[in-house]
Amino acid sequence: MNQPQSYLSSARSDLRSEPRLVRALIIAIAVIFLTVFVVLPLVVVFAQAFSKGVGAYFAALSDPEALSAIRLTLWVAAISVSLNLIFGLVAAWAIAKFDFRGKTFLISLIDLPFSVSPVISGLVFVLLFGAQGYWGPWLQSHNVHVLFAVPGIALATIFVTFPFVARALIPLMQEQGTQEEEAAISLGASGLQTFFRVTLPNIKWGVLYGVLLCNARAMGEFGAVSVVSGHIRGETNTMPLLVEILYNEYQFVSSFAIASLLAMLALITLVAKTILERHLDEGQLPRGN
Amino acid sequence: MRAAAGRRSTLPGFGLTMGLTLTWLSVIILIPLAGLFLKTFELSPDQFWGILTSRRTLNALKISFGLAFAAALVNLVMGTIIVWALVRYRFPGRRLFDAIVDIPFALPTAVAGVALTSLFAQKGWLGAPLAELGIKVAFTPVGIFVAMIFIGIPFVVRTVQPVLIDLDAEIEEAAASLGANRWHTVFRVILPSLIPALLTGFALAFARAVGEYGSVIFIAGNLPNVSEIAPLLIVIRLSEFRYADATAIAVVMLVASFLIIFAVNRLQRWAQVRIPAH
Repeated sequence: MNQPQSYLSSARSDLRSEPRLVRALIIAIAVIFLTVFVVLPLVVVFAQAFSKGVGAYFAALSDPEALSAIRLTLWVAAISVSLNLIFGLVAAWAIAKFDFRGKTFLISLIDLPFSVSPVISGLVFVLLFGAQGYWGPWLQSHNVHVLFAVPGIALATIFVTFPFVARALIPLMQEQGTQEEEAAISLGASGLQTFFRVTLPNIKWGVLYGVLLCNARAMGEFGAVSVVSGHIRGETNTMPLLVEILYNEYQFVSSFAIASLLAMLALITLVAKTILERHLDEGQLPRGN
Repeated sequence: MRAAAGRRSTLPGFGLTMGLTLTWLSVIILIPLAGLFLKTFELSPDQFWGILTSRRTLNALKISFGLAFAAALVNLVMGTIIVWALVRYRFPGRRLFDAIVDIPFALPTAVAGVALTSLFAQKGWLGAPLAELGIKVAFTPVGIFVAMIFIGIPFVVRTVQPVLIDLDAEIEEAAASLGANRWHTVFRVILPSLIPALLTGFALAFARAVGEYGSVIFIAGNLPNVSEIAPLLIVIRLSEFRYADATAIAVVMLVASFLIIFAVNRLQRWAQVRIPAH
């Protein structure tokens, strides 16, 4: 029974494939390139972090400066992820559930931070809040610290992570349409009830997906945060900034120990992302969007 | 059907959610970016032009744009090969390598920067053998190029991959059964239909590399006029409190990246290519 089918499919694949040698060559180039440019840098991080042994590794991580950087990074990520989560849900509701003029334009405005250099994302806040900035003198006379303090770091991080949640939700919610929500409303549910009981369960994987990517970027952001942080030791250094400082001081084990935490965050994010994409494929979220 | 239902939506909350969206968008994105452009207008055209055409600025812009372009070209070729291997062939570890492509998206740029530097430094795993061949990577423009290749590769792969997966098998079967050899089928039939996706991936990789900071500055050497990228020069000017200089360079880079994104959007509308998140 199976015979003719498999014969057919092998004939098909013959028409659509290259000679064995070419195939082997293409696979080899792909694998070697990815190993050299992507896998090795990741391996180096851990090799360097443990180069003086496990003891030195954990000593580096329990240094007060390291702990304060970890604390600040968690703080900033918590602030920016939760604000961008609320924004993402609100924006996706307005954009996905209603039709209006200029929708595409609005989506490209939300996407804007993706095309801005991280350094410029920090610079714009220096121009607003810096000593020579628009509101700097006023803030200074009222003793409000934005730049070189947590608010500035949070603002820059919110800027660079702005699109993640909204982008994950808009296509998903557009695909799901409005029928279920309309049914709920016509049966007498309030707007909020409809959102929490009907919409949210439908988009929960998308929400997680957006939060995951947003969080990874928030914790790892370097350029934008570097410009606004002022590098005050033990106060305004996030983990990526501490990686830089320690590296420039030739404290390689300490630098790579912090870097290894960030690398682990990246790996966990990738695994979780792959799992979520599988869930979302069943719920039809466009991949990589 | 969906459009009709949406247009006269009976759902509540449009005014509120749209109002909040526009407010938050303005506060976080639009006003800060507008501030950057306003700041440039404080400069006279002569001042603006003088900053941009100073030797150091010009060289930094040349280095950033030139090397980003070269790196994006490498990404275009290597990305196509990687996509081809991942989509068309079955080999051990294929799914793992598929996941690995996303690492440059996920790895914080500072981590990538220190890792690439120690890998390509003169005593590094790759730097040592390369040094014996007389090739210096770290602390030279080649290092910038390498970091830009690293950061750009997922853009090409993730833009082209879905298009190659969705490509209609019947077209190439038809080409083959009409007597085209495999070489012809690939270069005359398959690759042309990938062109919009390839161009999009190239443009995205280019735009990202132009603005890249974290993964580049460690390996670059940062010698003015030789290996100093434009984003770093912005940071240096800021630290010298030369805000006007920083702003002028930033505006040029921002306008360039908006033009690239505009081109990408055009491409998308033309060919329905999706842009990967990063």
